[in-house]
Parts: sequence; structure tokens; C-alpha cells
Amino acid sequence: MRYEDVADLLPGLVDGTVEVDLRTRTFIESDLRCQAELARYRRLLRGLGALRTTYLEPAPGSLAQTLNALAAEGERRVARSILTGRRVAVAGAALGGAAVAGAATAAVMVARSRRRLLAG
Amino acid sequence: MVDETELITAAQAGDREAFDELVRRTYNDLYTLAARLTGNEEDARDVVQDAYLRAWKGIDRFRGDAQLSTWLYRITANCASTHLSRRRRLRTEPLLPGLDPVEFRHEAQPEAMTETTLDLERIARAVDRLPAKLRSVVVLRDVYGLTHESIAEELGISLSAAKVRLHRARKRLRDEMFEEGRAAHAV
Repeated sequence: MRYEDVADLLPGLVDGTVEVDLRTRTFIESDLRCQAELARYRRLLRGLGALRTTYLEPAPGSLAQTLNALAAEGERRVARSILTGRRVAVAGAALGGAAVAGAATAAVMVARSRRRLLAG
Repeated sequence: MVDETELITAAQAGDREAFDELVRRTYNDLYTLAARLTGNEEDARDVVQDAYLRAWKGIDRFRGDAQLSTWLYRITANCASTHLSRRRRLRTEPLLPGLDPVEFRHEAQPEAMTETTLDLERIARAVDRLPAKLRSVVVLRDVYGLTHESIAEELGISLSAAKVRLHRARKRLRDEMFEEGRAAHAV
């Protein structure tokens, strides 16, 4: 086994993203070039990890802009829920009205048919 | 200072003030992630705003089995991915150049000020120079510690594609950091 055979595995091996068989592992552990390369990757990962606490400064006003957008979204949501509530009320009233009208019509029809039966 | 868990509970009950406080506490962190993913300030502002709007709409679904920051990172990654693909469809020119490293602000964390932090600005510049697809994966995995599965899910790619991109990104960074370093020493 040579360094070139395993070089491509090293970027993933450094944090266990890639798994290797025992023979390959033994070779990598004993090969100085592999060890030097792994050390570079470890250093790179440490550096990348340290970027996590390196913040970029947002432009002034960015936070306020986001908070305003959230406020606007909140208002839209309230308006939507009011509209939905009104729609439900209107639909309910319409359905109620229709039900009353239907019941009245049915009562009239029943009364008429009774009268016809009695007359007959 | 009110505890984060209390703020989350209040926000889930519809308390906008509580959510605003969570935004204030996490804004710089999320903005930084968005800037690293998109590579420029203007897009970062849009992405982070979109991310908070989505978070507000979906705060009920946050169950607390992960940290709030991780949940927000995932939303931001998803927003950035959508934003970048929309931009790719609209524009043909390359991404704007990376952010100026002088804007970096190190948090006062003495334990982080090791030998590696001497190279932080170089690493950040190298990350900025990566193609967006590789940059997203390496930032989410190696900087923010998201799992391969989460990254694949939020970027809308397969798990194997996420791992391949990470591999390529690390290799490019390694070449850039250490070859550049060698060249600088040789001068």
C-alpha cells in the first residue's frame, strides 16, 4: 500500500466521515506522510471550528429591519385572522338563514299537503 | 436576563416581544452564518430576515429536542439554499467577492485564541472563495457542526452528495491553506 492509495480518504478520515478497513487503518497509522497530512486536516478543522465564534458585523439597521418585518407579519396575521373570523360569521349567518328558510318552506309544504289530504 | 427556554415558551404562546428578544440575542450569529453561506452582505440580510419570519411562523413546531440555535441554523441554511438557487436562475455573473476580513469581530474567548486563530482571516477568505455549493456544506458541517443528515435535508441534496461536497471542500481548503502557506514561507 502507498500514500497515493489512501490520500483521497484522509479528508473524511479526520473526523470519521469515512471509515476504512483494518489494513488501511494500520497503514495510515504507520505512514509518516499520512500522519502529516492528517495533522494538516486536523489543523484546518480546528481553524474552521474557531470561525464559529468569529462574528461578522451586520450593517447598521439590519436588526431593526428584521424586527419591523416581523411586526408587519404579525399585523398581517392579525388582519387575516379578523378577516377569517368575519368570513366565518358571514358564512354562518348565511347558512343559518338558509336553514331557517328551508325549515319554513318545509313546514309550509307539509301544512299544504295535510290540507290537501284532509280536503280529499 | 430572562432564560431562553422561558422566551421560547412565551413566543410559542404568541408573545411577539419574547420572539423579538430571541431575535436580538441570536441575530449576529445567524447573520454571520447567512453571510458565510451567501458570500455577501445584501443577500445575508435578506436570508436572515426570511429565516426569522419562517421561524416565527413555525415556532410552535420547535420541540426543544435540539438547541434553538441549531434549529435556527437549519432554517437559515434552507433559506440561503433557496435564495442562492433563485439568484442563480436570475443572474449569470459570478457571486460578489467575499466579505472584507476587516469586518470580522472576534468574541472574547481566550480559549479560542490558539495558534490556529492566527490563520482565521486566511481561512475565512479561503472559505469565501469556495464555490457556493461546496461552501455551504463545509460551513454547516465544520463551522456550525450540523449533522450530514440535516445538511442534506436543508440543502435538498442526498446524503452521499453532502459527503462528497464536504470532501471536495476540505481538499480545496487544505490545498489553499497549506500550499499558500508554503509559498509564503518560500518568499
